[in-house]
Amino acid sequence: MGNRSVIPFGPQHPVLPEPIHIDLVVEDEKVVEAVPSIGFIHRGLESLAGKRDFNQLVYVAERTCGICSFQHGMGYCEAVEHIFGVEVPKRAKYLRTIWAELARMHSHLLWLGLLADGFGYENLFYQCWRIRERILDLHELTAGGRLIFSVNKVGGVLKDIPEDKLKEILRTLDEVDDELRVIRSVFFEDRSVISRLKGVGVLTKEQVNELGAVGPFARASGVRVDMRTLGYAAYPELSFAPIVSNDGDSYARCFIRMMELFQSIKLIREAIGKIPAEKELEVPIKGNPDGEYFMRVEQPRGEAFYYVKGSGKPFLERMRIRTPTFANIPALCEMLKNADLADVGLLVLTIDPCISCTER
Amino acid sequence: MAIMKYAPQALKNLFLKPVTKNYPAEPAVYPQGTRGHIDISIDDCISCGMCVRVCPSNALSVDKIKGTWTINRFDCIACGYCAVKCPKKCLFVNPGYQEPKDGKPDETYTKSPEVLAAEEAKRKEAAAKAAAAKAAMEAKKKADEGQ
Repeated sequence: MGNRSVIPFGPQHPVLPEPIHIDLVVEDEKVVEAVPSIGFIHRGLESLAGKRDFNQLVYVAERTCGICSFQHGMGYCEAVEHIFGVEVPKRAKYLRTIWAELARMHSHLLWLGLLADGFGYENLFYQCWRIRERILDLHELTAGGRLIFSVNKVGGVLKDIPEDKLKEILRTLDEVDDELRVIRSVFFEDRSVISRLKGVGVLTKEQVNELGAVGPFARASGVRVDMRTLGYAAYPELSFAPIVSNDGDSYARCFIRMMELFQSIKLIREAIGKIPAEKELEVPIKGNPDGEYFMRVEQPRGEAFYYVKGSGKPFLERMRIRTPTFANIPALCEMLKNADLADVGLLVLTIDPCISCTER
Repeated sequence: MAIMKYAPQALKNLFLKPVTKNYPAEPAVYPQGTRGHIDISIDDCISCGMCVRVCPSNALSVDKIKGTWTINRFDCIACGYCAVKCPKKCLFVNPGYQEPKDGKPDETYTKSPEVLAAEEAKRKEAAAKAAAAKAAMEAKKKADEGQ
């Protein structure tokens, strides 16, 4: 047995834009235990439920996370809509799906860039973010904001995407598709990428199930868990099947997210092809929410879960958000055991951590 | 496994135009509909205060008597909910982001003197009508008591 020592990882670390602190107990160069601590940027968003009415809370929910903001807003709205028992117009459902998939694309491209940066491939990093910029331009064109969409409302959506903008989305996605194929071949075949990712940080299906991991992180270990199959928004009408890999290593996580980019392009194309030409975008909401609901949506990082409880007043009694990163932290700590110290930064990245989200 | 997989793209990038702009020498172009900041057509405003009530970040205030509409642009999150809820549709979300400033100053818009004078006249007329109605009521009451 070698000498044991504790090395602090974070809260300020080059691979992390956000603060999480992990105490790494290392034996020589091997990690034997990882003890996480969060709570550096707790904002108390949930307690705002008592200070803002349920309509204003859409904008609060959206600001839970800067990357998956659309899905946060959508998850909250769907939860309140279920309490009211209203059905959102079909076009609004399709619009939500298109925006959600665009948001997934920009999040996955951000992650792929960060991963490339994490293993020291600067060129690839810039290329990923260059493509991501085009998706952000689409967000701005269609919703008015590059990251915060502010198009959701309880009962529908506030904005329509007119025909010419839908065509612009399709045109841009065609170009993005070609550009993605170039970086896909690099991520999948390049020797330096494979040597940094293959066989690193393996988690088995049993471990993932036991530790309750979610999202692409769990799907990379063969767990077929994707909340889009539950059938919110327009997903039931689109041909969708979760992408799953059985390898369970960092390469598989990269594979899942890369393939999901192409899946998102396919879903957006299909949604634009099927979108109904109705004018109604929202249903009127009368009164205040009275009741409670759990809503589960699939964010780019995995399952996010909204609990909303109203008591017939404009202010909700309780809003609770569980974000995917929070669910993935136990599995991350398990994965860090027996890892090389040099791989820790990369392994933390592979869960796609979003700490601001986690701390709400 | 392959080596130099990225080399063709990297070489291509060498001869491509830069993706970034030489801002601010080259101005930023925003698409129509970008949520940059809130503008008001103040003379159409009826000072109902709906925007103040719905604002999630409490960035707005309205004074009905003085005819002013005040926004703190540093509190405003440009969500556009005020523009959606405005009954007169006199609030607009326009492109162009808030520039940095020293401190967090409020920005106040005041209605033009003509509009203010017209509103004042309307208020006086309504008050006079109410006073006349009240006087008539009292006179009727007295007359009833006299009988």
